Amino acid sequence: MRAVVAILFFVVAPSAWTAALEDAQLDKVYVNLSDRGSLQRGARLFVNYCLSCHSAAYMRYNRLSTDLGISEDVVEESLLFAGEKMGDLMITTMPKDAAKKWFGIVPPDLTVIARAHKPDWIYTYLRSFYLDESTPSGWNNTLFPNVAMPHVLFELQGVQLPKKHTEGGSSEEGHEQTSVSDQFELVKAGTLTPAEFDVAVRDLVNYMVYMAEPAKLVRYNIGVFVILFLIVLTVLFYFLKKEYWKDVH
Amino acid sequence: MEKLVTWIDNRFPLIKVWNEHLAEYYAPKNFNFWYYMGSLAMLVLVIQIVTGIFLTMHYKPDTATAFASVEYIMRDVPWGWLIRYMHSVGGSAFFILVYLHMFRGLLYGSFREPRELVWLIGCVIFVALMAESFMGYLLPWGNMSYWGAQVIISLFSAIPWVGEGLSEWIRGDFVVSDATLNRFFAFHVILVPLLLALLVFLHIVALHAVGSNNPDGIEIKKLKDENGIPKDGIPFHPYYTVKDLVGIGVFLILYFAVIFFVPEFFGWFLEKDNFIPANPLQTPPDIVPLWYFTPYYSVLRAVTDSFIIVLAVMVAVAVLVALWAARGLLSKAAAIVIGGAFILGLYILEAKFWGVMMMGLSIVVFFLLPWLDKSPVKSIRYRGWMYKFALFLFVIAFIILGYLGTKNPSHIDLAFFQNVTWAQIGLVVYFAFFILMPVYTKIDKTKPEPDRVTTK
Repeated sequence: MRAVVAILFFVVAPSAWTAALEDAQLDKVYVNLSDRGSLQRGARLFVNYCLSCHSAAYMRYNRLSTDLGISEDVVEESLLFAGEKMGDLMITTMPKDAAKKWFGIVPPDLTVIARAHKPDWIYTYLRSFYLDESTPSGWNNTLFPNVAMPHVLFELQGVQLPKKHTEGGSSEEGHEQTSVSDQFELVKAGTLTPAEFDVAVRDLVNYMVYMAEPAKLVRYNIGVFVILFLIVLTVLFYFLKKEYWKDVH
Repeated sequence: MEKLVTWIDNRFPLIKVWNEHLAEYYAPKNFNFWYYMGSLAMLVLVIQIVTGIFLTMHYKPDTATAFASVEYIMRDVPWGWLIRYMHSVGGSAFFILVYLHMFRGLLYGSFREPRELVWLIGCVIFVALMAESFMGYLLPWGNMSYWGAQVIISLFSAIPWVGEGLSEWIRGDFVVSDATLNRFFAFHVILVPLLLALLVFLHIVALHAVGSNNPDGIEIKKLKDENGIPKDGIPFHPYYTVKDLVGIGVFLILYFAVIFFVPEFFGWFLEKDNFIPANPLQTPPDIVPLWYFTPYYSVLRAVTDSFIIVLAVMVAVAVLVALWAARGLLSKAAAIVIGGAFILGLYILEAKFWGVMMMGLSIVVFFLLPWLDKSPVKSIRYRGWMYKFALFLFVIAFIILGYLGTKNPSHIDLAFFQNVTWAQIGLVVYFAFFILMPVYTKIDKTKPEPDRVTTK
């Protein structure tokens, strides 16, 4: 009985936070998996910044060269930092115990995260960090309040703070229509301009969409040929049926 | 070749079976769109078994590695992603086809005498299919797999006295765990597929014994020519084998279009939350089953404490209908006793239990159809407005229940009322279709059936 009560509680009571997060105003990201340059730049950002703490434990390094056209030498020289081999899975070097101690949580695996969250969500999330002294990491996020993750990309973006609502006391509803960049003001510039940073995050999200489903690179093309073949086959079947059914009245 | 056939035929009824089920099985010549679904469902069963075999070669039924092994299939196994999508889309395709197949039965009265056993075996296939897909859904070990199984298995604990023990026995543990995953794997790949294959065989044997129904709902065996062949019958092979090929072609176009272009089908075939590994400490925001279970899930959640009175009224109406329809004094007495016990139970046991009960009953009622329908005609073509209207309402209720099963009960996604209220309305309409059927099919004005099948 107790289990049922507990379960029904979960069913009936919406754990509002994720639902609200998914529904919040998200900035749109342009995902284009045929943009190889973008995927390659995204892969570089991912290995350099994300992989320090997160794993992508179902993804192998060598796919960066077979799928994204980054030459094996380049992958080995500039993307394998800790003696990994080309065929290895992307496992973070940060020990799980240490992660738990430092962040209170083991950072989630990111291989298929772009299938669990909308790309728009990741794009908005990565651009919504701001300085907040009250949190353990010193960072906070408007899309995912009190998230344990610090602002890893801050040296690229710089440091931002939420804008003070001074103009006629704009209401909560008011800022729902604005994009992330309008919510914040940059108090310290990063190595990239805001426009460049948006492009960089877009590359990263693009890469993460690819990584979540590498088959996406090929399945559309194969699909076109399969469907064309099936249409021809079905037309032949149709005439075969017609021929046989001529004598049914 | 001929020699070989003779050699086999002396030892096995090869020609006899071929003739009885294909070359000399006479099917009505007026089959329409709805008659593709049966052969397509068999095709999907074969696809599921074949792709399943390949998936089993790489999948690992272990809570530590299950999720990773599915991703291994998606990435490292050559063409593994295609096999996996064929299987995951195939599961949903199976239910689409089976629902259309069952709806065909409602349209043309295919469940009626002499096809009651065909229908009953079909209903058992439907239940087996639900078990198969429910257990298969746990295997990827995503978070929705985990919590979905947790919710559904816990339902059994609502049964008085034995419930707790029963749900523990099913799980093999106090929560969904490695033991559960292993046994579900065993059932999913061996037990239920074997049952399904056997049941499909019986379904077809029973069908071929009585002959196929048709859109006019008349028996073609009544009118035979001088050779004893039904005048409106044509040999299944080659006529329907070539016709079914066209159906297969069209189906495969749609099936592979989904596989290659929208394999998640906008979250309806593969849910977002199932790309997060199972986590006993983190519940998904909304626990919802896959789309084909949502109508029954809605029924489950519709039964609240305040709804018990409505259920009691429904039981009372059912008793009245039974009294009206039953002949013998004994069956009338039985109706009163059973109905009375039911109503008493409604007020003694908890609403939770009755939610589970109604969910079960919403599937059980399908088994009763052959005996609820009192119409002198079978096909909707010759029925009056009452059955048409009732069937229309039933379909609407089924779709609304299905939609609400994916939504939060306390939200308002339709007009005016909370989702739970709409689900309660849907529940009443759903069951009224069955409870009132003996009445409205009897008093409905029907049209005369033709002697011969009609082809438009």
